[in-house]
Amino acid sequence: MADNKHKLLEVKGLTMDFGGLRAVDSVTLEVHEGDIAALIGPNGAGKTTFFNCITGIYNPTKGDVLLHPKGQKTRRLNGLKPNKVTEMGLARTFQNIRLFPDMTVLENVMIGRHCRTNSGIFRAIIKGKGVQEEERQIVESSYQLLEKVGLADFANEFSKNLPYGAQRRLEIARAMATDPFLLLLDEPAAGMNPQETADLEQLICKISDEEEMAILLIEHDMKLVMNISDPIYVMEYGKKIAEGSPQEIKDNPKVIEAYLGEETDA
Amino acid sequence: MEYFLELFFGGLTRGSIYALIALGYTMVYGIIQLINFAHGEIYMIGAFVALIVAGVCTIYGLSGVSILILAGVIAVIYACAYGYTLEKVAYRPLRGAPRLSPLISAIGMSIFLQNYVLLAQTSDFLPFPRLIPDFAFMEPVAHIIGSPELVILITTVITMILLTLLIKKTKVGKAMRATQQDMNMARLVGVNVDRIISLTFIIGSALAAIGGVLVASYIGQVNFYIGFLAGVKAFTAAVLGGIGSIPGAVFGGLVLGWAESFAAGYISSDYEDVFTFGLLVIILILRPAGILGKVRKQKV
Amino acid sequence: MVTDMLQNFKQSIVVSLWFVFLTFPLMVVRVNTMNQEVIWRWMNMVWVAIGAFVLSYLWRYMLSRQQMRKQVADEGGEIRSRMQILLEDMSFRYRAMGFILLAALVFPLVFDTYQSTIMISALIYVVLGLGLNITVGLAGLLDLGYVAFFGVGAYSYALLNHHFDLGFWVTLPIGGIIGCLFGIVLGFPILRLRGDYLAIVTLGFGMIFKVVMENWDGLSFGPSGIANIDRPNFFGMDLSLANSTIYIYYIMIALVIFTILVTNRLKNSRIGRAWIAMREDEIACVAMGIDIARTKLSAYALGAFWAGMVGVLFASKTTFINPASFTFMESAIILSIVVLGGMGSILGVIIGAFFLILLPEYMRAFSEYRMLAFGAAMVLMMIFRPQGIISNLRQTYEYKGSKEKIDNG
Repeated sequence: MADNKHKLLEVKGLTMDFGGLRAVDSVTLEVHEGDIAALIGPNGAGKTTFFNCITGIYNPTKGDVLLHPKGQKTRRLNGLKPNKVTEMGLARTFQNIRLFPDMTVLENVMIGRHCRTNSGIFRAIIKGKGVQEEERQIVESSYQLLEKVGLADFANEFSKNLPYGAQRRLEIARAMATDPFLLLLDEPAAGMNPQETADLEQLICKISDEEEMAILLIEHDMKLVMNISDPIYVMEYGKKIAEGSPQEIKDNPKVIEAYLGEETDA
Repeated sequence: MEYFLELFFGGLTRGSIYALIALGYTMVYGIIQLINFAHGEIYMIGAFVALIVAGVCTIYGLSGVSILILAGVIAVIYACAYGYTLEKVAYRPLRGAPRLSPLISAIGMSIFLQNYVLLAQTSDFLPFPRLIPDFAFMEPVAHIIGSPELVILITTVITMILLTLLIKKTKVGKAMRATQQDMNMARLVGVNVDRIISLTFIIGSALAAIGGVLVASYIGQVNFYIGFLAGVKAFTAAVLGGIGSIPGAVFGGLVLGWAESFAAGYISSDYEDVFTFGLLVIILILRPAGILGKVRKQKV
Repeated sequence: MVTDMLQNFKQSIVVSLWFVFLTFPLMVVRVNTMNQEVIWRWMNMVWVAIGAFVLSYLWRYMLSRQQMRKQVADEGGEIRSRMQILLEDMSFRYRAMGFILLAALVFPLVFDTYQSTIMISALIYVVLGLGLNITVGLAGLLDLGYVAFFGVGAYSYALLNHHFDLGFWVTLPIGGIIGCLFGIVLGFPILRLRGDYLAIVTLGFGMIFKVVMENWDGLSFGPSGIANIDRPNFFGMDLSLANSTIYIYYIMIALVIFTILVTNRLKNSRIGRAWIAMREDEIACVAMGIDIARTKLSAYALGAFWAGMVGVLFASKTTFINPASFTFMESAIILSIVVLGGMGSILGVIIGAFFLILLPEYMRAFSEYRMLAFGAAMVLMMIFRPQGIISNLRQTYEYKGSKEKIDNG
């Protein structure tokens, strides 16, 4: 890992207990500026729980989640409510798509702009110049995001009518609308066909190139992960068992064992 | 001390009725996470049917305990039929709909059933015949606990024992517990989930009807509106004990019964209902899982 | 085909027999304990049999149609009714609005006081419906005790008028604000509650309000209520009953227009979008950086605001209020207006209010079946048309910049 890159997200010894069950066990992880980092591991390894911990949906039992935006003060994220975490600059998508089905595609993205705008009830009722200008900007920036993910033509459709792959891309656009420093994608390729996955791969690279956003993704599609991610973190039974470049991960015996299970024993 | 005992047994009687009705709420909620708002109406219909049967029997010359049993049995049968139909008409088509849809449907059904009884019968309070005789052996303690109370307590205890046996020991009970834990998994292992849900409604309705008949013959009057208040209170009891939990419903019913009885006896009966609803609000806010309930983590 | 028909016929017969059995004791038998006789109403049984037979056909037909619609929707198709297409036509919308406004303005001049009084109560429910629409329709918070805020407004005016002789116009905003404050105070503790629990707690609040008003004689004068509340005066002049009714009518029209304007703006604003997003998926909503507590509270308080305001008007119209006006049934009526009209849809709620309030008013024979029909309608709407009479139209946005870019590139 290049040392000259600015460290953006720093997770130290994150632990999450549910009753007696330790779902995440002191995981330490770093994401640097411009990275496309990946978190992989077998089903039930605790990846999504890890995401839920750093985005405030769960309150971690132990550990620290720190965000160091370039040129700004460090922000401690654990214990914050999810909406605060998003305000601090961490946005996410969901493993099982959670769009707002009865809102239009554009409105879904506009919701993402909520925390970056501020007109309240009274200003909305009076609808003065400032509010109109703000609305215009919301529409404009949301539209641009839709163009970026290739959904501009569907802007005024209800999001529930979109095909599956498009819904995943819409979730990404919606998360990007919150202007995050770090974008967390929870299995963005799940349920996609090979063509859609290839498109997604391009999209993720494009976002990484064009936007000032680092990306951390959970994914099962190894081809996708190996193509675009560096570094890769591997979890099993709540513990981090390996980290490194795609090549290092491929050669790591522990990872092979985790994925292939008994076959290596035999 | 005697006053205390009187209130104690009064509360116990009341509470055991709440518990009977609360069981219906709790069982339905446990399986399909729906507040069956119309459950109170089933209780009311049970009481009404019993009243009609008792009235007809009295006029045609039957008497005493035979009427009580006949009225009780027919009321239970009808309540079951209504409960079954209710689920089939108002809730089954909404399986998988957004969470508020079945609740609104339930509220609609509650209003519908109330007015159905109002129009088909009357809005007046009808006198319910005194079917429970005064036992001679109760004479010495009659100022603390009367014969009707004793009958109510015994019936409730027997009903609850039967229910517990049904759920713990029979195959159907096992299927019900499985459905409550995980509906899809239960379906996969061959449980006919639709039938189990119907059955839950039927059992809940039967319990409500038993409660209805007991209360009506205890208080001595019935009208179309009694189900609403009793329903809300029984729901409070279910929440108090932790909704979804069967011992919780019994516990909650008793606590509520005592709380009401003592509050009315020692403080003031004007605000009895405020007290109940206040308790409901406080419990829901401070401990939404109830006193005996478990907190369920929402999956993301 | 023939077997299908036979099958259908058989099914309907079974349903019909089932309902005959079900309704037998309540519909057919009536016991008169006074003179010891049983009245058998056999005709009712015939009606039930025929009714259930026909309805079961209708029921199955509707269910199958519903199924078909769902299939079309799943395949990405969209079904838009003629109504919806018509409504999207802006010029039609403006013309229709102009016509309705005109009709509304001349109404009291053409019809008599009695008609105006009925219209006023319909308009009161329009505002109540629109207010509850914010809470239930847009934000998805099922409020079963909404009538309490209406009562708070009405009692605010009655008491301020009684004790301090405050006039209608001063109290109108005060009533709204007091309603709003109650909304905030009651809303705070219940923010964490899930949908159905919230519904029950609000139901509890509604009940508590009524019981307190009935028993706290020192404050509310108990069940006998407060009489001789002032009607609104016209620039200091007291009006005759007829004129005052017309005056209240126009105030009500103004209030309705004001409500429509405000709710329409809110609906398509940043706050309105947050409400809808919260209704659709609370977890996704909070993950998008929206403060759920604040959003919930604003929806709850704003809904209460309208109820409080229109409560003041209600008190000034009837000049007498008592706790009996604020029962759960009122809450249920307002809720069914919102549900029937179409949750979230302003036009739908207005139509729903007129439909539900005027129909029983003008069809006297029908009026005792009112609540029965409301209850049935709520169930049927949820099953067959959950979006209501008029489904909610979403704002569409144009963005011209993108087209230019494509042209240039």
